[in-house]
Amino acid sequence: MGVEGIGAPVARKEDRRFLTGKGRYTDDMTAPGMKYAVFVRSPHAHARIERIDVTEAKTMPGVIDVLDGEQLLADGIGNLICGWMIHSKDGSPMRMGVWRPLADKTVRYVGDAVAVVVADSVAEARDAAEAVIVDYDPLPVVTDPVQALRDGQPQIHSEAPGNLIFDWEIGDAAAVDRAIAGAAHVTELKVLNNRLSPNPMEPRATLGIYDPGDDHYTCYTTSQNPHVARLVMSAFYNVAPENKLRVIAPDVGGGFGSKIYIYPEEIVCLWASKRTGVPVKWTSDRTEAFLTDAHGRDHVSTVQMAFDANHRITALKVDTISNLGAYMSLFSSAVPTYLYATLLSGQYDIPAIHANVRTVYTNTAPVDAYRGAGRPEATYLLERTMETAARELGISPAELRRINFIRSFPHQTPVIMNYDAGDYDASLNAAMAAADVDGFAARRAESERRGMRRGIGMSCYIEACGIAPSAAVGSLGAGVGLWESAEVRVNAVGTIEVMTGSHSHGQGHETTFAQLVADRLGVPIDSINIVHGDTDKVQMGMGTYGSRSGAVGMSAIVKALDKVEAKAKKIAAHIMEADESDIVVEDGALKVAGTDKLVPWSQVALAAYTAHNLPAGMEPGLKEGAFYDPANFTFPAGCYICEVEVDPETGKTTIAQFVAADDFGNIINPMIVEGQVHGGIAQGIGQALLEGVHYDPDSGQLLTASYMDYAMPRADDLPSFKVSTSNTPCPNNPLGIKGCGEAGAIGSPPALINAITDAIGNNALTMPATPEKVWAAVQTGH
Amino acid sequence: MYETNYHRASSIDEALKLMGSSAEGKYLSGGMTLIPTMKQRLAAPSDLIDLRHIAEMKGIAVDGRTVTIGAASTHEEVATSDRVKAVCPALCALASHIGDPHVRHMGTVGGSVANNDPAADYPAAILALDAMVVTDRREIKAGDFFTGLFETALSDGEIIIAIRFEAPERASYQKFANPASRYAMTGVFVARRDAGDVRVAVTGAGSNGVFRHAGLESALAGNWSPDAVTNVMVDPSDLLSDLHATAPYRANLIKVMARRAVAAA
Ligand SMILES: Cc1cc2nc3c(=O)[nH]c(=O)nc-3n(C[C@H](O)[C@H](O)[C@H](O)COP(=O)(O)OP(=O)(O)OC[C@H]3O[C@@H](n4cnc5c(N)ncnc54)[C@H](O)[C@@H]3O)c2cc1C
Repeated sequence: MGVEGIGAPVARKEDRRFLTGKGRYTDDMTAPGMKYAVFVRSPHAHARIERIDVTEAKTMPGVIDVLDGEQLLADGIGNLICGWMIHSKDGSPMRMGVWRPLADKTVRYVGDAVAVVVADSVAEARDAAEAVIVDYDPLPVVTDPVQALRDGQPQIHSEAPGNLIFDWEIGDAAAVDRAIAGAAHVTELKVLNNRLSPNPMEPRATLGIYDPGDDHYTCYTTSQNPHVARLVMSAFYNVAPENKLRVIAPDVGGGFGSKIYIYPEEIVCLWASKRTGVPVKWTSDRTEAFLTDAHGRDHVSTVQMAFDANHRITALKVDTISNLGAYMSLFSSAVPTYLYATLLSGQYDIPAIHANVRTVYTNTAPVDAYRGAGRPEATYLLERTMETAARELGISPAELRRINFIRSFPHQTPVIMNYDAGDYDASLNAAMAAADVDGFAARRAESERRGMRRGIGMSCYIEACGIAPSAAVGSLGAGVGLWESAEVRVNAVGTIEVMTGSHSHGQGHETTFAQLVADRLGVPIDSINIVHGDTDKVQMGMGTYGSRSGAVGMSAIVKALDKVEAKAKKIAAHIMEADESDIVVEDGALKVAGTDKLVPWSQVALAAYTAHNLPAGMEPGLKEGAFYDPANFTFPAGCYICEVEVDPETGKTTIAQFVAADDFGNIINPMIVEGQVHGGIAQGIGQALLEGVHYDPDSGQLLTASYMDYAMPRADDLPSFKVSTSNTPCPNNPLGIKGCGEAGAIGSPPALINAITDAIGNNALTMPATPEKVWAAVQTGH
Repeated sequence: MYETNYHRASSIDEALKLMGSSAEGKYLSGGMTLIPTMKQRLAAPSDLIDLRHIAEMKGIAVDGRTVTIGAASTHEEVATSDRVKAVCPALCALASHIGDPHVRHMGTVGGSVANNDPAADYPAAILALDAMVVTDRREIKAGDFFTGLFETALSDGEIIIAIRFEAPERASYQKFANPASRYAMTGVFVARRDAGDVRVAVTGAGSNGVFRHAGLESALAGNWSPDAVTNVMVDPSDLLSDLHATAPYRANLIKVMARRAVAAA
């Protein structure tokens, strides 16, 4: 592997830039004559717009223009769409309501954009935004998804009667009902998955630049997938055709899913730049981020799990109501369906599964993918149920899982997924050893002597990463293909640029992707640059989400490297007058195997570009591209164990230890993988213990609109994590890697809640497990 | 933030004059509350008059058991003052748990007391220590000072110069922090001068801001021990209920924090 190749804990190349404040984010970008946009947003969760009066605002100092939804409509700018078609079980297509980039006639959640002010400074734009008069006629509000489905509730979109977007199912309902009827034991549970705010460190921002000379647009934006942004803005929003629109996502400070989507602000700034003739920048403040970034999760489910007399699971039945908010965000329909219900088999051999999912409009911010996207919801539901079942059946949670583990691969689940490789016993055993489960009883006794309660809980998660293959997702309703593209450009001096359609917003691609090339060619990592995030520089791409950059993005680089290497070998064979099949690439040179004859890599590169002496008929140059479309998802899995101490007098939970044993297949950079796991667990603990978006049910006002009320995990909320990995290589991609970006956030919440409920002897606990909820549960437990 | 004019006062007189001549001036101390409020456009003072460079408002003096803390002293200065620690370590501990290091190096005692946030820590100490709030024109007893949520007895333009109190024999502050803001979800300051003179002040929990709890005080005056708290009734009807904690839970926290404070004092 070498010190810089695959498997080496190379320090991140990008960190010098980030740690010294030299990162270049969207808000750092400027353009000559640039002005600032501030949005006028709805203070109501649901209202009709009676009148918008911009007369006074337009006369205020520094104001260039004030634009509203009517002008946007007149200019032919399209509606925001959800790009994944789901059909209800009766065959009807999902009922998507209209989402205008600037509201037209109706606002549907607090923060809905109504108008935009463009002015010389942000302060002047704010002043003018306050002077825009909007007459609202408030309408009744509903924020709770279960309530929204009841009769007589406020109707949010005329296209979706009763606020139902779709009523979808997967699996064999009859087989499940039969198994439940004949079961030796059925565990039943109601499971809530709390709504979360994504909170990337960098808030969203965009700079729209229209160039009238070329009738061309440039969009700087905080995106995880600039090519997808360009595609959607061109194909659906009528901003500009793709060849007239360049999208650049420079350094991006975290996304967690929330920067996948195309939001109203990008569209409006590009359009406003053309209308006003000046470049227009908008940067979200933190309150706007809480109000308008797509939220995550928000499921209400009931589950029944049936067992035979030997404690083998015979069926799983799930009913889920999923809150999609006021509008359908770009991938919102896929999250509670194909990214959720297809993972309900977990690590277990379950013969029959049925899930019914209803998605619902409410007067809340749109909900879409957030780190894990569907898989945390599936894992939480399943692993809470397993732990509950073990308690009911009176056997150890580890034993119940062992009885039901899948042990032969490939394994076809009843819910589409075909697991290719895994060793669930290995992770379970590693986690139990690291957590010293055998010593728990003594630790519990010691806690109890101090008047504290101690509990332990586990979670065995599986997830599907590397979202793909294109044909498969297409058949399930995806509006796009989910391949990845790469181009490897060897320069004449032998240095290398890799253009990748993946996008790094914290993942460390500039390091890991360079490690791959260094490993392959034996050239120094410093001679390799990773180029991403610009539709003019990078040929094509689908971007980064669903832990796909390694499994899909790097596989595309492998394919391009294959082509580069094949051509380089031909050139080297020609120079050394050797047989092409004898050439090997080693230590930065092309060698004739078994001899001391070699040409350095740089010399082959130079030969390719001088083209003075190439094999007959060969084109000059050394630059190759590839698209990679995988054959399957990848299936990272693992076991997490959490041990907590609860103060029964206050309900405060302290995490005594947290163990993660993951199987990510082959690992490119163990240090970066460990960082991803740490971050993911921190987010999972955040969800389970601290975080939760709350709307006032009567007014629809967001009550958690700042860090005064939205509790993010801090360093002192977290223990030092004990992490380890085992490896069953993924057989479906050339690197044998599975992906690690979301595992921590997926696997950790149930482990924590299982531990707290174990400590307090009361299983009725919802996330986040705030001190008050735990305290109240202690009062009624044991 | 709306436009404003910044002034740095170098004496009390100058500060008062600046305030008198400004349309809608506001005193600025650490700015940890005022500046965020202005950034959110919830406050729009025409002028900011910075008090932190006025000599009379700075410094900490301990004379016997009399402690005088200049209003412009930062939380960090109080937390790390050896002289205060020698006579009233509970106050140093309280200051050391306010916010984060940035906040502690900027925020001041005077700003915190003048602001009277119902979840702030200092008001509990001021009330339980029976402190005197010294202003440019008078001395106000703690019991008369805090008049409601974000309300105090200060009149227009009045400046807090210092806080003065006699160090008690024993004291302790126990705070149960709000998981999001880390302000007090319930904080209890207990101070005992001698048998029979016990004050118990509660912050973060009262629907009208910081308050003394008569039941806890009389129970502890009769029997200074953690167990004395057990049978005291804490009535939730005057307590706050919000997103983070209901009144009955806060009532529980008051007892738990009071018991722990007595044990730690
Ligand atoms: C992130 C964060 C966390 C925090 N956590 C806590 C916490 O855990 N516990 C806690 O108690 N507080 C907390 N605070 C508040 C902090 O203690 C503030 O410093 C304090 O509330 C205000 O003090 P200041 O010096 O910053 O006052 P400023 O913000 O400058 O002023 C506040 C108000 O007091 C007035 N004022 C200031 N000085 C005087 C004076 N001498 N005379 C008359 N009026 C005056 C001002 O005009 C203004 O109205 C936190 C603040 C932040 C930003």
